[in-house]
Amino acid sequence: MKAPRFAYARPASVAEALALLAEHKDEARVLAGGQSLVPMMNFRVAAPKVLVDINRIAALSGIKVTRNHLRIGALTRQVELERSADIARHLPLVAAAMPHVAHPAIRNRGTFGGSCALADPAAELPACALALGAIFVVSGKKGERRVAAEDFFKGLYATALKAGELLLAAEFPLPKPGYASAFGELARRHGDYAMVGVAVHGSTQDGKFSDMRVVFFGVGDRPQRAAQFERALDGRPAAAKTIEGGLGELDADLSPRADLHGSAATKRHLAKVLAGRVLKQMEGVS
Amino acid sequence: MKVATETVEVSLTVNGERVKRSVPARLNLADFLRYELELTGTHVGCEHGVCGACTVRVDGEIVRGCLMFAAQADGCTVDTIEGLSDSREIEELQSAFVLTNALQCGFCTPGVLMAAQALLRDEPNPSRERIREYLSGNYCRCTGYQAIVDAIEAVARARAARSAR
Repeated sequence: MKAPRFAYARPASVAEALALLAEHKDEARVLAGGQSLVPMMNFRVAAPKVLVDINRIAALSGIKVTRNHLRIGALTRQVELERSADIARHLPLVAAAMPHVAHPAIRNRGTFGGSCALADPAAELPACALALGAIFVVSGKKGERRVAAEDFFKGLYATALKAGELLLAAEFPLPKPGYASAFGELARRHGDYAMVGVAVHGSTQDGKFSDMRVVFFGVGDRPQRAAQFERALDGRPAAAKTIEGGLGELDADLSPRADLHGSAATKRHLAKVLAGRVLKQMEGVS
Repeated sequence: MKVATETVEVSLTVNGERVKRSVPARLNLADFLRYELELTGTHVGCEHGVCGACTVRVDGEIVRGCLMFAAQADGCTVDTIEGLSDSREIEELQSAFVLTNALQCGFCTPGVLMAAQALLRDEPNPSRERIREYLSGNYCRCTGYQAIVDAIEAVARARAARSAR
């Protein structure tokens, strides 16, 4: 189908965008890459009265490395993440995830911030943000505020963003020495949303796991850390045996629901297989 | 544009020609090209970004014509299959598609050609696996993809052989 009627505005600055969002409140949606919002409108799942198109706000784009952080502007296209030398160097987890995000023509338009603000439970970038401990920078009427990834993703397509607020960027702490990451997902066809996916980040220094963050996506209503499994890894040798010994903890960590891809038991099984596979690929694991 | 409106003035370049129109905000770029400009080579299949039949180039990069509103293309340069065909940019690909029977009904073909040209521009010598991966966002319900991959691979190899000489 075609999108329902709406009114369109194209602000040139963050201030103009915030003014439009304040004016139209719940009736407005932010249009970034549009690679999920427009399909939802074409399906008539979403019918915003006003679209605030942020695509011409240059200040929202770009990747910047400071002393402690790598900052990704909300409007940064997924293709830019895919091609960025800074991302490859500092956030190899994100670099590894990018080829799994849909298809080239989608990544040319789709944005980092759009993917995070939509919070599809099977999306790759929210899981990476959580695994890497990103902080989201949000702007609203009362100024800027920062929200940790743990508190940003609230549930199915739900985030900490309030009506009238705009996601500006996310700041990723630069990984410390000895840290490594790994990423994997299972999908029926290349570029489809994951049936199960996992993003891993942590230290394997001196042959030992520590500060492990194992984030699953596609198995719950939001990206989800596997706390018990992480505890089973931390402090133990960074080795296949530790990983295999800990996989049973995922029974407690994950409670997937049956969906189009399979039963809850199938998804749980796939999560274990995938976690085992992905963790063993992590640098420093013997 | 600080006020939200249901009609938007757009001025863009399509296949090298300047175009000015007043369009409903809800009109997507693919429908704009088809109905306003009668460039019907851009096909509309799924209307939710999955099938790739509406693939066009905006400012040099391939995008889904069904997932972008015409209003958003204001000030942009848009190239469609007609433009790429007339400029002979995809002549080799077109010949290879004919030679290898890489199309039957032809519905997906414009989108596939747009994607194939983008791939070969960025990666002149892709493996068959890479070609398949790149084209994973373009559905063909006739050919089973084998001949499409053959055609793109043949063009890549021919170009590589020429540049090696």
